[in-house]
Amino acid sequence: MYVPGSSPVHRLEPHTKLVAVLAFALVVVLTPVHAGWAPAAYLAFLLLLLGVATVAGITPGRLLRGLVVEVPFVFFAVLLPFVSRGPRTDVLGLSLSESGLVAGGSILAKATLSVLAATLLAATTDPRALLRGLDRLRLPSVLVQILTFMIRYADVVGGELRRMKVARESRAFQARRVGALKVLGPAAGSLFIRSYERGERVHLAMLSRGYTGRLPTGPVAVVGGRSWAAALSLPLAAAVVLAAGSLLG
Amino acid sequence: MSTPPPSLLVDDLAFAYPDGHQALFGVDLRLEPGERVALLGPNGAGKTTLVMHLNGILRGGRGRVEVAGLPVEDRNLQEVRRRVGIVFQDPDDQLFMPTVGEDVAFGPRNLGLPEPEVARRVADALAAVDMADATDRPPHHLSFGQRRRVAVATVLSMQPEVLVLDEPSSNLDPAGRRELAEVLQALPVTLLMVTHDLPYALQLCPRSVVLDAGVVVADGPTRELLADRELLAAHRLELPFGFDPRSVG
Repeated sequence: MYVPGSSPVHRLEPHTKLVAVLAFALVVVLTPVHAGWAPAAYLAFLLLLLGVATVAGITPGRLLRGLVVEVPFVFFAVLLPFVSRGPRTDVLGLSLSESGLVAGGSILAKATLSVLAATLLAATTDPRALLRGLDRLRLPSVLVQILTFMIRYADVVGGELRRMKVARESRAFQARRVGALKVLGPAAGSLFIRSYERGERVHLAMLSRGYTGRLPTGPVAVVGGRSWAAALSLPLAAAVVLAAGSLLG
Repeated sequence: MSTPPPSLLVDDLAFAYPDGHQALFGVDLRLEPGERVALLGPNGAGKTTLVMHLNGILRGGRGRVEVAGLPVEDRNLQEVRRRVGIVFQDPDDQLFMPTVGEDVAFGPRNLGLPEPEVARRVADALAAVDMADATDRPPHHLSFGQRRRVAVATVLSMQPEVLVLDEPSSNLDPAGRRELAEVLQALPVTLLMVTHDLPYALQLCPRSVVLDAGVVVADGPTRELLADRELLAAHRLELPFGFDPRSVG
């Protein structure tokens, strides 16, 4: 996901960006679903995000790829107009619920905007910096450690998975029939046990170097008001849109 | 002037695992400061169990262990783990932090050292293993031999009294094996090397100790032990084909 760069967005301290994205998502979610001006607000939010993406040098194609995680929500949103009750309307010969259309549309819009903001964060922040940011925001240390190890060992476990696959296929195994599950099930089990044992060995290695329950972090930069202001300009602008809509709409 | 205490003193150490399997039956071992000793023995001889006792990962059996005069017990654990640096066999177990630099800094930071001192030790340790330019690289981008050397640096940064290596030459290609040997030969620390690689033991360690079935069965100059065919045969130790320890300079 990460696109290395040195734009002003890249240079922001990770924890300020995390707060900004969270606050932006909050403003998006707070937008009233049934207000007439809601679509205009969604459009304004989208323009804000595209503005940030332009500054950060993130192409729209990258942003679109981030939307893949949203697919289950899309499925749910598309279902809503069919299953909701209330007055119905005809679209292309299909009878759809009006309230379902509004609800589905706004779920889609809000989810898309939030995921786009998160994608921007991931594209402009190195995963390790993101972890430092979470640690700085006082996310429980255990969670930060789990995420750290996930990043470190994804390749190691992935490598084991590939070697096991090669070893299976070298002996003419083909995962085509349902019967193949008999082989793949235990393979998944043995991967789990291998990873578990590795976890034990890593823990030993950590204890041997004086581990006391917390991953020590290096020096942290002091963050001034100006860089907080830069990071929070996105959610603030969104909040202005929301306030304007509420007052004028 | 009194003579300094031995770097490592193991006195009548016996240990049985909770499942009843007894691994050590009274092991005695004494390493003087600066000595380089190879710990030889077949699989299942108790070598790893002994190593786990040296920094207090395993305890609770009979006998005692002292590191530079400091007994291994609960209240000394943190200091003992600073004094005994264990390099485990699989560098992927040893290198668990996202970058090489952070990993080498893990031990010193656990010791609560100030940041400038941590930075100095990281630089020194990486320079000592000839990996100074790898500070910011993630471990999975390094070759296996480089990872093994970085694993050595992760304990060197704690300035240990004794360096304990578990199978340091395993899985290394010949060049990686030689590079590691050059690094180890240049280190001014007491060294205990657990290995099946008898030529490597001869190259690096003037003295060897043979452990079998939980007791020390031989202790003497490496060259003499390796020339004793009956001893080697009795304890499942074998020289590589064509290797004659007396012919090596």
